[in-house]
Amino acid sequence: MTQSPLHQILDHANRPDPYPIYAELRKTPVHHEADGPYVISTYHEIRSLLHDPRLSSDVRHLASAAHDPLAESGQEEQTVLPPSFLRLDPPEHDRLRRMANRPFGPPHSPHTVDGMRQELHDIVSGLIDGIGDTGRIDLVDQFSYPFPVTVICRLLGVPREDEARFHGWADTIAASLDPDPDADPAERGKGAHDARMQLGMYLAGLIEERRKQPRDDMLSALATAEGPDGAMTTMELLSTAALLLIAGHETTVNLVTNGMLTLLRNPDVLRRLRAEPRLAVPVVEELLRFEPPVQLLPQRTPLTGIRIHGVTIPKGASVWLVLASGNRDPKRFQNPDRFDPDRRDVQHLGFGSGIHSCFGAPLARLEAQLALSELARRLENPRLLEDPPPYRQNAVLRGPRHLPIACDGIRP
Amino acid sequence: MNGDGALDRLRREGRIVVVGASLAGLRAAETLREKGFTGSLTMIGDEPHEPYDRPPLSKQVLLGAATADGTALPRRRALDATWRLGVRATGLDMAARRVRLADGDEVPYDRLLIATGVRARPWPREEEAGLDGVFVLRTLDDAAALGRRLAEGPRRVFVIGAGFTGSEIASACRERGLAVTVAERGAAPLVGALGGVVGAVAAELQREHGVDLRCGVMVTALEGDASGRVRAAHLSDGSTVETDVVVVSLGATRNTEWLAGSGLGAGPRGIACDAGCRAFDIRGIVTDDIYVAGDVARSPHPLFGYQFLSLEHWGNAVCQAEIAAHNMLSESADRLPHMWVPAFWSAQFGVNIKSVGVPSMGTEILVSQGSLMDRRFVGVYGYQGRVIGAVAFDHARWLPFYQELIETTAPFPPAFPMVGRSPGGQRPVDADFPDPSVPTHGPTVTLSGYSPADRRMTFTPAH
Repeated sequence: MTQSPLHQILDHANRPDPYPIYAELRKTPVHHEADGPYVISTYHEIRSLLHDPRLSSDVRHLASAAHDPLAESGQEEQTVLPPSFLRLDPPEHDRLRRMANRPFGPPHSPHTVDGMRQELHDIVSGLIDGIGDTGRIDLVDQFSYPFPVTVICRLLGVPREDEARFHGWADTIAASLDPDPDADPAERGKGAHDARMQLGMYLAGLIEERRKQPRDDMLSALATAEGPDGAMTTMELLSTAALLLIAGHETTVNLVTNGMLTLLRNPDVLRRLRAEPRLAVPVVEELLRFEPPVQLLPQRTPLTGIRIHGVTIPKGASVWLVLASGNRDPKRFQNPDRFDPDRRDVQHLGFGSGIHSCFGAPLARLEAQLALSELARRLENPRLLEDPPPYRQNAVLRGPRHLPIACDGIRP
Repeated sequence: MNGDGALDRLRREGRIVVVGASLAGLRAAETLREKGFTGSLTMIGDEPHEPYDRPPLSKQVLLGAATADGTALPRRRALDATWRLGVRATGLDMAARRVRLADGDEVPYDRLLIATGVRARPWPREEEAGLDGVFVLRTLDDAAALGRRLAEGPRRVFVIGAGFTGSEIASACRERGLAVTVAERGAAPLVGALGGVVGAVAAELQREHGVDLRCGVMVTALEGDASGRVRAAHLSDGSTVETDVVVVSLGATRNTEWLAGSGLGAGPRGIACDAGCRAFDIRGIVTDDIYVAGDVARSPHPLFGYQFLSLEHWGNAVCQAEIAAHNMLSESADRLPHMWVPAFWSAQFGVNIKSVGVPSMGTEILVSQGSLMDRRFVGVYGYQGRVIGAVAFDHARWLPFYQELIETTAPFPPAFPMVGRSPGGQRPVDADFPDPSVPTHGPTVTLSGYSPADRRMTFTPAH
């Protein structure tokens, strides 16, 4: 082992199967490389830190950004838009998340997500109907990318026609979350900065329109809301909208693609899912444990020294929580490297935990359940054309760039 | 038992009887099967219903959002049990290992699990309690009857007692747009469980939601009209409240009367058992074939000074049932202790209230995150310089951290910075729990005899 664990995680060559690296990492649950972040890899330690109010998500509490390969994006974020609630602590975090939640989930909008079920189903059906040549399907381009993008656009009220424009920005911003060893950091930083700027301006235009003429979508609801917390400022609104748009893009794509890849590698589960669509619920939960789309959270820092597993993480240090490693911790899950939808007690870290646990989780779950059960039902004898498939560079938001598959036909 | 195959025989062809067919009884039975018990299993329950879930009864069911018969507990597995529902257990013969039933039957056992739970404490004056329109809320039938009456749109509902159940009932009534008066003997709602500092927040919450809350008063009488319908409640401050529905919410009584005279250490405060759920007899000797789980059990908790705790908590019932079932089928060295950290939740007036540890043991409270004014906060309770409990109002996601503080006997007050801590930092204050003014209702034990062989105890349950 010549490379440090940190570099191994970031090395694109390890993207198809990072799990052996995580297993090695778990031997030192709190791993610290000189000048680098503290990397936490075991289930109980991660979970405990996710609930620890001494750990801040606010990048302004980082002592030194110099040695943190990911700090760049956080600073850029500040200069263009104010930090989204993902990067804030209470009480600001709570207030913004609460306001964003009013039109999205219980208690004020308990039916938003479930009310989209038929619509989601129609989008899935349409995309599967549109698959032309069954001899070579790229599941990412033809299905797993357009599906969540269409959904988040409808939910927010962003015109689907503009997709080409914000796809580029979203891609650049998501990529900036990842320290690409081959890219020039200054150039990358500038790229992310420009992308955020343009996305912000684009959204500002939309929000202005919605203020004048509200429609039945989340942007309108957020722009016109007057709840007990008052209204969001325009800048808060822009940050929130950008967060939802990007998070809606880059995570469900990977969840669905990783899901189909896993099912094709576990044909018995695929067969069962075809016969019994309700199996989609436990399949997706196990998937969130087994192949979580967000592999690690690199944005935490202690407000004071935190002692965990015999190590004191100093105030202001950068802390990485490797969720995907915790999900495979044998101290928490039996046979963790086995994909087992019958597993009981799947309290995975796939959506994180604590106050920052995934805002979009109910939507992501429903999207993945519908997508996978329909793919299983309709694709006739699907098979992988490349295993492993080519992966994106991103180690944080990990997933295949393409998933070439073939099938014998499409069932009605 | 050890090494002579008796345990194997028990697992294979033993007879296990579970008295109490609610959450704890059901989960225990499921665990027994899961652990490979293939003998005969008998489930005895005094209600005619299959096991059902209680938390929705004071919430969704009263709102009309769920029907009372829609709260059946999900089954984890097939039980293959003999169900004796709608029949009460009336006695226990420890020597002959038999449970007596109200219909005259006797059921023999090799292992017995008692999970008879609690029942609502009724209004003490029978005549008034019997008036039409006077309800308690504990069972599915209670909830269905009360829900029907609320649906008829009474002019006012009068709730006696502002503990968690009483407050949830008041909340559901307000949500249905009904006028509500709540009478509480203490200084504020929830004061017994969470103290006066948090109680004051709860009081404000109720009043802001339009509850006519009267604290520091007792109900002296319920008055009926000529046709036997309740029409008013009289209070100790001399006032009268006209009402057509009264809900008596004065806590619970443990279902142990059927064990009187059995020799088991059972009384009004529950059945004492060891940390492995084995029941004590009245002499303080632990039994080896009788186990206890759920609301009716009282067991020592090492984390809280080995105090015998009886907890009416959903999670406690599940956990204790699983431990009891495991231990029933295990050699003594393989038995597990029940060391669940108390945790409790309630939903009322749009606020999610959750607690961990034993707040009522606390003498001081520190608002560590959020603020009382916003009614979104975590309050930490301190006892002799350590963290003993915590309560969250709309802040539940932080509680696992506080549970860890309790489990590791962290010092109180916590002295480190936290996200969401109010600027300047708040200081611990007196948690303001009421004086334990009610005399203990513990049982009385008297001794007789002189030599160890004829030394005898007489056990007098109090009430």
